Formats: sequence, C-alpha cells, structure tokens
Amino acid sequence: MFDIVRRRYWYFGLSLLIIVPGLIALALWGLPLAIDYTGGTLLEVQFKETPRALEPEQIRQLMAEAGFPDSTVQTSGTDIAVIRSKELNEADKQKIITALEAPYGPASVLTAETVGPSVGAEVAQSAALAVGAAALGILIYIWLAFRRLQHAFRYGVCAIIAMLHDVLVVIGTAAIFGKVFGWEVDALFLTALLTVAGFSVHDTIVVFDRIRENLTIHRRLDYETVVNHSIVQTLDRSINTQLTVMFTLLALTLFGGDTLRHFTLTLLIGVFSGTYSSIFNAAPLLVVWENREWVNLFRRRNPATA
Amino acid sequence: MQQRNTAWLILILILVLGAVYVVIPGTGIPQIGTIIPETKYTIRQGLDLQGGLQVLLEADVPPGTELDSRAMDTAKTIVEQRVNGLGVTEPLVQRQGASRIVVELPGVTDPQAAIDLLKQTGLLEFVYAGTQFLPADTVVKTDCVDPSRVDCGTGGGTTTPPATATPTVLAPTATTAATLSATATTSGTVAATGTEAATTPAPTAAASATLSASPTTEPAGPVYHTVMTGVALRTAVVGTEQTGQVVVNFELTDAGSRIFSDFTSQHVGEILAIVLDKKVISSPRIDSAITQGQGTITGDFTIESANQLAVQLRYGALPVPLKVGQSREIGPTLGQDSLRKSAIAGIIGVTAVILFMLLYYRLPGIVASVALLIYAVLTFAIFKGALQFIGIPPVTLTLPGIAGFVLSVGVAVDANILIFERMKEELRAGRNLRTAVDAGFSRAWPSIRDSNISTLITCLILYLFGNAYGASIVKGFALTLALGVGVSLFTAILVTRSILHLFLDRIDFSARHAWFGI
Repeated sequence: MFDIVRRRYWYFGLSLLIIVPGLIALALWGLPLAIDYTGGTLLEVQFKETPRALEPEQIRQLMAEAGFPDSTVQTSGTDIAVIRSKELNEADKQKIITALEAPYGPASVLTAETVGPSVGAEVAQSAALAVGAAALGILIYIWLAFRRLQHAFRYGVCAIIAMLHDVLVVIGTAAIFGKVFGWEVDALFLTALLTVAGFSVHDTIVVFDRIRENLTIHRRLDYETVVNHSIVQTLDRSINTQLTVMFTLLALTLFGGDTLRHFTLTLLIGVFSGTYSSIFNAAPLLVVWENREWVNLFRRRNPATA
Repeated sequence: MQQRNTAWLILILILVLGAVYVVIPGTGIPQIGTIIPETKYTIRQGLDLQGGLQVLLEADVPPGTELDSRAMDTAKTIVEQRVNGLGVTEPLVQRQGASRIVVELPGVTDPQAAIDLLKQTGLLEFVYAGTQFLPADTVVKTDCVDPSRVDCGTGGGTTTPPATATPTVLAPTATTAATLSATATTSGTVAATGTEAATTPAPTAAASATLSASPTTEPAGPVYHTVMTGVALRTAVVGTEQTGQVVVNFELTDAGSRIFSDFTSQHVGEILAIVLDKKVISSPRIDSAITQGQGTITGDFTIESANQLAVQLRYGALPVPLKVGQSREIGPTLGQDSLRKSAIAGIIGVTAVILFMLLYYRLPGIVASVALLIYAVLTFAIFKGALQFIGIPPVTLTLPGIAGFVLSVGVAVDANILIFERMKEELRAGRNLRTAVDAGFSRAWPSIRDSNISTLITCLILYLFGNAYGASIVKGFALTLALGVGVSLFTAILVTRSILHLFLDRIDFSARHAWFGI
C-alpha cells in the first residue's frame, strides 16, 4: 500500500518547487496584465490577402508614424495582427487601418476592445474580495460539515490552504508564461482562477469526507494511518475524475480555437494542481497539524510547510 | 421499492421528452388562450459569439460622489430608449453596480455612431401640434435650431402651424389623451373656454428658412414648431387631484413662463406635444392659458405612468452624466468561428469521457453515459429557457459559458465515479449486488453533497460579486456552473440509480463480474 503521508515533506517540497519560481517571476516581472486591468485598446486586425508576411516591427513603425507610439504588436496566424496601445477612438482605429493597408492590403477589424483605467483597478480589487469571501464561506461550511470531528476547524483551514496553493500555482505560472510566451492576464484568466479555486475545494472535500468516515469506523488506528488510508482509498476516484475533466479540457484546448486556448490551458494547470494539492497537501497537512510538527521544524532539513 | 423506481423512471422519461421538445429548434410554448403568450425557445448568444458592440457607460462624477440610485435608473431608462432608436435586434441594457450601465448591441457595425448616440444628452421639446393628436412614440421633426436656448433659437411663441403632410388627424384615445391646464388649488375649475382659440391655424407648408438646414435624406414629413425646450422647466412632480385623479404638476422658469403664457393664451384647445429626443411621449391638449408659470398635465395616468412622465420632464437630459468606461467590438466571423470550434471540441470531449466510463466501469459506465446525455439535454433545455416559469431565465451563451458547460460535464461524471468506486469496494468485499449498489449510493452521498455545496457557495459568491467585474463574464459563468451542478446531482444520482435498479434483478452477478469491471 502507498504511504503518501509518510513522505509528506517531499510532496510539500515539490509544491514549493513549482510555487517559488512562480512567486519569484511574479516579484521580478509582475503579472502581464491585459488591457482589462490596465486600460487601453486591444485591436485585432485581419488582412484579407497578405501579399507579404506581417512584420510586427514594421507595423509598430507604421503605428508610430501615424501618431501612435508605444504600442505593442503581435501576429496571430499568418493574417492577423494583434495591436495593444493607449486608448483609441474610432477615428484613430480607421487611421491605423488605413496606414496598415498600404503595405499589407485590405484589412478588417476582428475585435476592438477599449477599457478605461478606472474599471481595471476596481476589477482586481473586487476579484480579491470575491476570493476572500468565497474562502470564508467555504471555511465556515466545512467547519459545520465536519463539526462532529475533533478540531473540525482544521479541515476548513487545510482545504483553504490547498486552495491558495492552487491559486498560487496558477498565478505563478501566469507570471512565467507571461514573460516567456507573452500571455496576458485578462478577465477570462480571472474566471479560470475562480474555477480552479472552486474545483480545488470540491476535490479536497472528497478526501476529507473519507477521513471523516474512517475516523468513526477505525477508532483504534492512529490519525496518520487513517489519513493515509483515506487518501489511498479515494485515489482511484481522484485519478478518474481528474482524467475525465482533463479529457474535456484537453479537447477544448486542442480543438476549441484560439480565443479560449489560454483559458483552458490555465484551467488544465489549475485542475491538475487541485487534485495534487488535495492528495499531497491538504490531507497530509492535517497530520502535520495533529502532530504539531512545526515545533520540530527547525531541526529538520526539509523545507517549511507549503 | 420497485414501484417507486418505476415512478422515478416515468418522471425522468417525461422530463427528458420535455427537454428534447425544448431543445429541438423552432419549438415554443403553445399559446393557451390569451393567458400565456406564445414564446419561442431560443438560445441567446452572447456578443462574443454573434459579434457586435458592448459599451460600459460610467457615471462621469468625481470619485466618492454619492449617486442617487433612482437617477441611475432613470439614466438607464433613457439609454434604453435611445438604444431602441438604433433598431438593433435584441439589445441589452443593464445596470451594473452603483455607477455603471452595460449596453450590448449585437450586430452593430458602426461603433462610434452608436456610442455617440448613447452619450448624447436628451432633448426635451414642447412641440406645437395644432389640432393633430400625436400618439406616443411617433417620431417627429421639429424646427429646433439651438437646443440650449429656451426658445430653441426660433423665437418661441410664434404661431407657425405645423405642416401636416398626412391629412388624417388621429383621434385621441382614452388612454393617451391628456390635457394641460393651469394649476388652481383653490377653485379647481379654471379650464378656459375654447373661445380664445379663434385662430385655428390652417395647415400651410412650413417653409421657414431654418428648415432647409435639416438633412435632405430624412423622409419627408411634417415639421413641427418647437415652442420651448426642457430648459424652460424648473420641476415636475406627480400629484393627485381632489378627485383622486393622478396628474403631473410642473413649474416653469421665468423665461419659460413668459413664452408659455403667450403661447397657451393663443392656442387653447390645441395640442402641445411633449417630445423627447424627437419622439412623442405625451400629447396633452391645452385646456386653459397658463400664465403663472405653473401648470398641470391631466390624463388617464397611473401613478407609475405619471411618475415616468415627470421623470422624463425633469431629466429629459440624462440625470447623471455618462462616459464610456469600456467598449468591446467583436467581428461577426470571429464569434461564429469560435462557436463552431468549441461545439466540436465539446463533442470530442464528451465522447472521450463516455468512452472512458464505458471501458473502466462497463455496465455502470453505460448507465452513467446515458445519465450524462440526459444531463446534457436537460441543461441545454434550461439554457434555452425551459425553467422560465419558475424564474430561471434563459442563459446567454458566451464562450466562457460554453467552457463552463463542458467543464461541468467532467464534474457531473465525478458523482458517478464516486458512487461506482464505492460500489466496487462493496462488491470486492463480497456483498451481493443489490446491497453493494445501495451502499455505493448511500456511502458516496455525504462527499457528493459536501463537495457540491462548496461549489455552489463559490458560484453564489461569484454571482453576487460578478456585478462588479465590469463584464458579465463572471456572472454568466457562475450561473452556468451552478445550473450544471444542480442538474448533475439529479442525473448522476436519481437517473443512474433508477436505471441501475432496472438491471439488478435480471443479472446473475456471480457469473457477470466482468460487467462491473471487477
């Protein structure tokens, strides 16, 4: 039988191995915020026939000449230019398109998004507030649902820690991917993050439920054994559920088109992390708490709790 | 037990048939007398799927200013009227949070024109209509030159009659006819006699110089004279007469009362239409000269309609200045392409899940797959508005909404996986089939319950906070996920159990281990 709980500090270490680089990336480069949060205009222009390959650098120069410096340009596929700049009005957009049509031929606007700066700040604020409120609500619910057990409060706290783990994994990955692949954190990213938070708790509760059940059946076994036993018993279910969710997300990532790809990939990472943290962090943390292991913490070589 | 199971199966069958009926394109609730109007079930596509323009209008006030919620409601009503003027199919105007209004205009191709129209300040005019009653919502042309001046820059009070291109004079109907009279709190009977209105204007072709300035592209029609604009109005409130009749009392500025006094004395018995943004909102007849700068509009008002008129009189212009906080413009081809692709991706994803369940769980896997298909049909029916009668509105389908739906398919299977894993444990422990199946359900229930309640808590909080996000994405996602959780509880537990019980007595488990993947 697997002994997951005994190696718990290894698993905590693995979590840190993922989270710490993400946090460093976050500190160094920050989150690559999309115009949803910074304000500005995002313009996607599609060229009907491209007599020559689109060159982002040339497009940037054309923009500067037309009076819009400091814009960033990316290409998507062979015929789409993605332009980010300060806020543009309709006349500005027309001017830009006219400027770009000279070398590249007729073009049309695929999407144009303009966001004022005030909206962005507020979105970030209320998002943090929403996650906080959700965490509190879930904490209280788990506390109530496990009230017959000793230290019911711990189950709520450990579920929330595992949730924060997943949120940090997703945010850290976003910071790294932002630097490496030029991904941006937009309103969809926020939705993905909130979904991951929900899924994470959902998954953790299934493991905790088994602990709740086993604690009443196996009264003579010590806590650590019961927790490990419960993890192993729910392992099949955890893996299978993970697989089915991954099937659907993978299908969306591979075949769902460009608009959703970053969203579904973020979900994939988060959902995977959610299953991992339920098995390897949330439940083992209960044991750490039960044994009050932080008292010995400084004598250990292993890294601190995740 | 057996009977109860049959009852469940019948209920499920009815629900599925109902859902299938809703899902089939072009169906609707048949009209029953005049009580329930015929409604078609349609899936409402979000802007990201059908293309169009989304504009977030923000109150343009210094930060920290307390906004009057009623003023925002009024602003929303006015914006709504302007949107309707755009002739867009299925526009959406919603308040969002304390200081914002979201406007969604599917299929709009000229974003700047639309935005300009939305931001424009409303123009309230008192228009001389002669003896012609103008029904509400009639679009009229006026000779107003400078809306910022009380007299519109045309020298208010002139008696140029309207040029009636249409000879038919509409008779006032009981519900819309209204009269204007001077307020008289003491006597109550000051409606002047019609003798003063000797100068009934004969329709002549309006050919004042100012008119030629109007764009030639507009359809030919009568041009009405604007007596004065909303600038002349000091206030308008709802009041009740001693008879209990609901009226709108108004008060004019000094300049306004001079013009009004001159005009009403000369035109008693004729109609002075109230026009907002070139659209008639009320056509009261002048009952008596209003010389004191105070008047009353009487008519067949309800408190509500009177209040609406008073609000429009007061706030012809937007009560709250608005600016564009955010705009999104989505080309139509991109949206359709995304829809097609995510539909294909969804089918592939669901097929993969079904294959996995069949291979891993065998007979229960087949049952779970049937439950999953029922889940998909039921959820889709709810998206199309099948539960409108209990207050669950149709869901606007957006890209994140589709993603949420596809994701919820994965989660819906989770409950079945939990149950089947417990069932297998019981079977391995040597229980007989019926006991194992029942134990599987009852043992898995607490974890299904608690995990789904936690997801519902998340959904609820996202839904409540969703208002503040500047975009309705979060709210839509939370709603689809919550509906998914609710329906999946029904299908994964009740549907699966009822169908499984059908087989229980017909299977010799000792010879059929493989059917259960053991």
